[in-house]
Amino acid sequence: MNLTLKVWRQKNPSTRGEFVTYEARDIIPDMSFLEMLDVVNEGLIARGDEPIAFDSDCREGICGMCSLVINGIPHGGQKGTATCQLHMRHFRDGQTITIEPWRAKAFPLIKDLVTNRGAFDRIIAAGGYISAATGGVPDANAIPVPKPDQEKAMDAAACIACGACVAACKNASAMLFVAAKASHLGLLPQGKPEHDQRVRGMVAQMDAEGFGNCTVTGSCEAVCPKEISLDFIAKLNRDYFKSLLKNE
Amino acid sequence: MKLDPKIPSGPIEKKWDKARLDLKLVNPANKRKFEIIVVGSGLAGASASATLAELGYSVKCFCYQDSPRRAHSIAAQGGINAAKNYQNDGDSVYRLFYDTIKGGDFRAREANVYRLAQVSVNIIDQCVAQGVPFAREYSGYLANRSFGGAQVSRTFYARGQTGQQLLLGAYQALERQIGQGKVKMYPRTEMLDLVLVDGHAKGILVRDLVTGEVTSHSADAVVLATGGYSNVFYLSTNARGCNVTAIWRAYKRGAAMANPCYTQIHPTCIPVSGEHQSKLTLMSESLRNDGRVWVPKQRGDKRPSHEIPESERDYFLERKYPSYGNLAPRDISSRAAKEACDDGRGVGPGGLGVYLDFSDAIKRLGVKTIRERYDNLFAMYQTITGESAYETPMRIYPAVHYTMGGLWVDYNLMSNIPGLFVLGEANFSDHGANRLGASALMQGLADGYFVLPYTIGHYFASNKIARPATSHTEFKRVEEEVKQRVSKLLSIKGKRTVTSFHRELGKLMWNNCGMARSEQSLNENLRRIPELQEEFWKNVVVPGEGSDFNQSLEHAGRVADFLEFGELLCRDALERRESCGGHFRVEYQTEDGEALRNDEEYSYVAAWEYQGPGKTPIMHKEPLVYEELKMTQRSYK
Amino acid sequence: MNTLKPFFASSLGKKYVMAVTGILLFGFVVMHLLGNLQVFMGSEQINDYGHFLKSKPLLVWGARLGLLVVVLLHIWSAIRLTAENKAARPIGYGEYKAVGASYASRTMFMSGLIIAAFIVYHLLHYTALVPAVNLTGKDFGQLLDSKGHPDVYRMIVLGFSQVIVSVFYLIAMALLCLHLSHGLQSMFQSLGWKNRKYSGLISNFARLFSIVIFLGYASIPLAVLFGVLK
Ligand SMILES: Cc1cc2nc3c(=O)[nH]c(=O)nc-3n(C[C@H](O)[C@H](O)[C@H](O)COP(=O)(O)OP(=O)(O)OC[C@H]3O[C@@H](n4cnc5c(N)ncnc54)[C@H](O)[C@@H]3O)c2cc1C
Ligand code: HEM
Ligand code: HEM
Ligand code: SF4
Ligand code: F3S
Ligand code: FES
Repeated sequence: MNLTLKVWRQKNPSTRGEFVTYEARDIIPDMSFLEMLDVVNEGLIARGDEPIAFDSDCREGICGMCSLVINGIPHGGQKGTATCQLHMRHFRDGQTITIEPWRAKAFPLIKDLVTNRGAFDRIIAAGGYISAATGGVPDANAIPVPKPDQEKAMDAAACIACGACVAACKNASAMLFVAAKASHLGLLPQGKPEHDQRVRGMVAQMDAEGFGNCTVTGSCEAVCPKEISLDFIAKLNRDYFKSLLKNE
Repeated sequence: MKLDPKIPSGPIEKKWDKARLDLKLVNPANKRKFEIIVVGSGLAGASASATLAELGYSVKCFCYQDSPRRAHSIAAQGGINAAKNYQNDGDSVYRLFYDTIKGGDFRAREANVYRLAQVSVNIIDQCVAQGVPFAREYSGYLANRSFGGAQVSRTFYARGQTGQQLLLGAYQALERQIGQGKVKMYPRTEMLDLVLVDGHAKGILVRDLVTGEVTSHSADAVVLATGGYSNVFYLSTNARGCNVTAIWRAYKRGAAMANPCYTQIHPTCIPVSGEHQSKLTLMSESLRNDGRVWVPKQRGDKRPSHEIPESERDYFLERKYPSYGNLAPRDISSRAAKEACDDGRGVGPGGLGVYLDFSDAIKRLGVKTIRERYDNLFAMYQTITGESAYETPMRIYPAVHYTMGGLWVDYNLMSNIPGLFVLGEANFSDHGANRLGASALMQGLADGYFVLPYTIGHYFASNKIARPATSHTEFKRVEEEVKQRVSKLLSIKGKRTVTSFHRELGKLMWNNCGMARSEQSLNENLRRIPELQEEFWKNVVVPGEGSDFNQSLEHAGRVADFLEFGELLCRDALERRESCGGHFRVEYQTEDGEALRNDEEYSYVAAWEYQGPGKTPIMHKEPLVYEELKMTQRSYK
Repeated sequence: MNTLKPFFASSLGKKYVMAVTGILLFGFVVMHLLGNLQVFMGSEQINDYGHFLKSKPLLVWGARLGLLVVVLLHIWSAIRLTAENKAARPIGYGEYKAVGASYASRTMFMSGLIIAAFIVYHLLHYTALVPAVNLTGKDFGQLLDSKGHPDVYRMIVLGFSQVIVSVFYLIAMALLCLHLSHGLQSMFQSLGWKNRKYSGLISNFARLFSIVIFLGYASIPLAVLFGVLK
C-alpha cells in the first residue's frame, strides 16, 4: 500500500517547525507503524537527507518510549495499543496520515517528534516510591496482600509512563499517570505508611511541572495503551483530600 | 594478563559469608567522598545506584533512554526465580544452585552460582517491601509457577510484566536517591569510552545524545551494567538501542571479554514476517506450560493446521524428551525446532515456524482458564500477526534472546581492570553456556542489591588512589579519540545506510554463528565480517551533524562496534571445539543429535585480551574447578 | 489557614472548590425551580410565596450573600483552572481529536460564562426589576396584586410574553442543562466519590437531572408563550 505522511519536522526547540509531506511507498500491512517510518527514513538517508527523529526502544509496547500523535490521536487510536504495536493493516491504501509529537508545556520538544518527558521522573522522585532501603526488610510472606488489592495495584502499576494521557488531554493534565503510580503504591499495605506525603509530594510536583488540571473529560483513559482506569483519578482526588485534612 | 577469580576458600555454603567477613569496609563518614559512575539503569544498574547511594556513596548514573525506567529489563515477562520453597515442593538454595549449574551445562563458576542462589531469597523480600505487586494466592501469600525447565515452582511473577515491575521497584528506589541529591542521573547520555589512569578505571567519556556534546566524567570506580549484545544478530528480542559499545570500549582498553560465543536462542518468539522486520517479539515461555509444540509429519505439508489429523502431527519435544516434553530447556527446544524446519517441515511463510497449540489445553481447562493465564500474550500475538491463538495454533520460531558471555569478572564482580566492575547481563559470570528461564532478573538484582555494595567497598579500602581531574592528560587523550571517531563517521558520506550494514551483519551471524555452528561456517564469517567492516568505514552514510540530536550517528557508532565484536564472537565460537548449552558445534554431537561437551579440554572460561587494531586477540583460560558438583552429561530425556 | 491554602493553591484543591460550589449552585437551582413552578398553582400561590420571602429579609439577604460568594468562588476557580489549562499547552496540534471527551465536558467554561451573563440579565429582569431590560415598556415594580403584594405572577406572564426574552431564557436553560450534564458527574469524580461500580449510575443521574431541570424551567416561558399561563 502507498500512503501520504504529513510529519512535524523541527530541527530544535529554537527553530520553528512545520509539517513536511512524504510519500510512503510499497508498505506491507504486516509492518508496524514504526517499521513504516523506518522504511521512509531509509529512503531519506539514502538521499543524504536527515531522517525523521522519533523515539522508540523496546518496540513491544512496554518501555513507553514511543510517542506519536497519529491523525490527532496519541498512539493512533487502536484500543490498548502503543505506537510501536500499531500495525499498518489498520490503515487504508492511499490514506493521508498526520504525525505530530506530544504537545505539552511540561514535555518540551527536542527534535521532530521527540520530546523530553523528564517531568515524569521528577514526579516519581517527589514521592512515587516506598522508602525501603536495601536489606533490613521482612520476609516477603510476612506481609500478606489480599488478592483483590494486589490485582488492583497491578492494574495501576501497568502504566508505562508514555505520556499519551497528557498528550490526549485537552488540558495537558498528567492526572492519569500520577493517579496510577500513587494508587499502585497506596493500595498495598507496604505503601500505606508514606501514603499521605507521597500523594501530596507527587501532586505538588505535578503542578510545579506545569501540567494542566483534570476537568474529567476522559480522553486519557481512551488513549492509554495500558487502559489505566479513570477510577484511579477519583482515588487520587479522594486520597489527596484526606491528606490535606490530616495535614498538620 | 592474570585472571584471578578470587574465589574464597572453604565449603561452598560458607564462601559468601567468609568473603563478607574478609572484605574491608569503608568508614561511613568517608563514603560520600567516593564518587562512583554507574553506566546503565536496568535491574543491575538501578539497584546498584540506589543501594550505593543509600550506603552514602556519591553516584552518577547514565542511560541512553530518556528515562532510567525504560531500560530493557522492563521487557522481561516470565518471572524471577528464588529458592524460597514457599510451595514446599523440595526446593532449596542447593537445588537452585544445582539446576543453574546443570542448566548452564557445567560452564559456570560454582562459587558465583551458589551465592546467586543464596541471595535470591533476599531479592524477593526486597522487591515486595518496595511494592512490587507479585501475583498472590487468595490467602494473600505469594504465588509461584514452574518455569523454563525447572521441576519445582520457584518462579515469582507479576502478570506478564515481571521485568517491568521489578525495574519500577529499583527505579523508584533510584528516583528517591535522585530526589535526595545522592544520585545524579544522566538520561539520553551514551558512554563512548573508558578512561584508565595508572591502570585503574577512573572515568568515562560520554556523548549527550540531545546536544551531541562529548564530555569526560571522572570517578573513584566505574560500574558497567549495560546489558546484553544480542543485537549483534540485528534481529533479536532486545530493544533497538541495546548495544555492545560500553563493554566493547572497555575490552579495547584492556578488560577481558569472556565466552562471547555463549548466546541464547529463545524457542518461543513470533516468526519473522519480512525484510522490514525491525525486532523480534518474545512470547513468554510460560506458554509452554499449556501449549503443545508440533509440526506436520510429512515434509512440505501445506494444509492449514486444523486439516492435519492427530496421526500426522509430530509433537517432537514430547517425542524426544518424554520427561520434560514441551518444557525442555531453551537451547534444546530451539534446536529441535530448527531441525524440524531444516527438515522441510516448518509451517507458515518461508517454513520458518512451528506450531504452539493450545487446543488440548482449552479442551482440558476451558477457554476461561486459558484466558486468565495468557490473555495478554494472546492479545500481543494477535496485534502483531492478526491471528487469534484461541482459534488457530500460534506459530513460533526461535530468536536470539540473551547473551551469557560478557566482560570477565572475579568473584567480587571486578574485571581484570582494577576499579572496573561489571554487573548483570554485561558480565559473564553466572549462567555458563546457557541461562535458565527467570534467572537473569535474579542475577541482575543480586549483583546490584546484594553483591557489588559489599565488594566495591573493599576496592576503595584497599586502593587509596586520588580521583583524577577530568583535565588529566588521559581524559584529554581519550576525548580526542572519541571526537575524531565521531567526525570520521560523519565525514565518510558514502552510499550505504547504517541499517543495511547492521542487517547484513545480522544475517551472517544468524546463518553462520546462530543455533548451529561449524568450522566452515565460522571461518566464512571470519572472512566476511572484516570485509564488511572495511566497506563500512569506506561506504557508510551518516546524515546530520555531531552537535545535534542524531539517531543515525548513535546507530552508526553501535554498528561499528558490533562489526568488530561479531568477529570476536565467531573466533571464540571457532576456538571452542565442543558443543555446550547455547553453543552448538555440528561437529560435536551425540549420535542422537545432542550437544557433546568435552570436559577434559574445554571446561574453562575463554577470556579474550585485545591486542590492538588488526591484531588477533589472545585467549586466556580460567579453568573451571568443580569442587561441589561433578560434571554430568545433561539429559532431559 | 495552613490547611486551607492548598485548597486554593493546588490543582486538585481548585477542583474541590469547583465541585463544592457546583453542588451548592445546583442545590439553589433546584430550590429555585420548585419556587418558580408554583406559578402553575395560580397567582395566589406564587405571589404569597414571593411575599413570604420578602417578609424574611434576614433569610433572603443571608441566602443572597451566600449565593454571591458561592458564584464568585465557582467563577474564580473556573477562570483559574481554564487559564492554567490553556497555558499547559502553548503550542497546539495541527490535528486534534478529543477522543472519549463529551461535547459538554469540552465546553464547560463557555456554557458557564453564558449562564453567568444570563444570571446578570435575569437579576436585572426579575430581582432589580429594571424596566429597561424587560422590553415590555412596563415597570414590573408597579405590578401589585389584590392583597397589595408585588404581583410576581403577572410579572412572569408579562415578562415571558416577550418572545426574544423567552428565547434567551430557553437558550440559557439549555446551556445550564449542558453544563450540568457534565458538571453533575464531574463533581463526583473531583470529590473522589466515583468508581466503576457507580459511574454508570452517576452519569445517568447527571443526564436525568439536567434534563429535568431544563424541562422544569423551560416549561414556564413556554407555558406563557402558548397561552397556558395568562
Ligand atoms: C524480551 C525479553 C524477555 C525476558 N524475560 C526474562 C524473564 O522472564 N526472566 C528473566 O530472568 N530474564 C528475562 N530476560 C533477560 C533479562 O531481562 C535481562 O537479562 C536483564 O534484565 C538485563 O538487565 P541489565 O540490567 O543487565 O541490562 P538492561 O536492563 O538491558 O539495562 C541496560 C542499561 O544500560 C544502559 N546502556 C546500555 N548501553 C549503554 C551505553 N553505551 N551508554 C550508556 N548507557 C547504556 C541502558 O540505557 C540501560 O539502562 C528477558 C529479556 C528479554 C529481552
Ligand atoms: C447556576 C449556575 C451553575 C451551576 C449549577 C454550576 C454547576 C457546576 C457543577 C456541578 C460543576 C462540576 C464541578 C466539578 O467538575 O467538580 C461545575 C463545573 C464548572 N463550572 Fe459551573 N455551574 C454554574 C455556573 C457556572 C458559571 C457561572 C461558570 C462561569 C465560568 C461555570 C464554570 C464552570 C467550569 C469551568 C467548571 C469546571 C468543569 C469541570 O471541572 O469539570 N459554572 N459547574
Ligand atoms: C424560567 C426560569 C426562571 C424564572 C421564571 C425565574 C424567576 C425568578 C424570579 C421571579 C426571581 C425574583 C425572586 C425574588 O426577587 O424574590 C428570580 C430570582 C433569581 N433567579 Fe430566577 N428564574 C428562572 C430561572 C433562573 C435560573 C436558571 C437561574 C440560575 C442559573 C436563576 C437564578 C436566580 C437568582 C440568582 C435570583 C436572585 C435570587 C434572590 O433574589 O435572592 N433563575 N428568578
Ligand atoms: S497512564 Fe497510560 S497513557 Fe498515561 S503514561 Fe501511563 S500508560 Fe501512558
Ligand atoms: S483527559 Fe484530562 S481532563 Fe482529566 S480525565 Fe483525563 S486528565
Ligand atoms: S517502543 Fe517501547 S513501548 Fe513502544
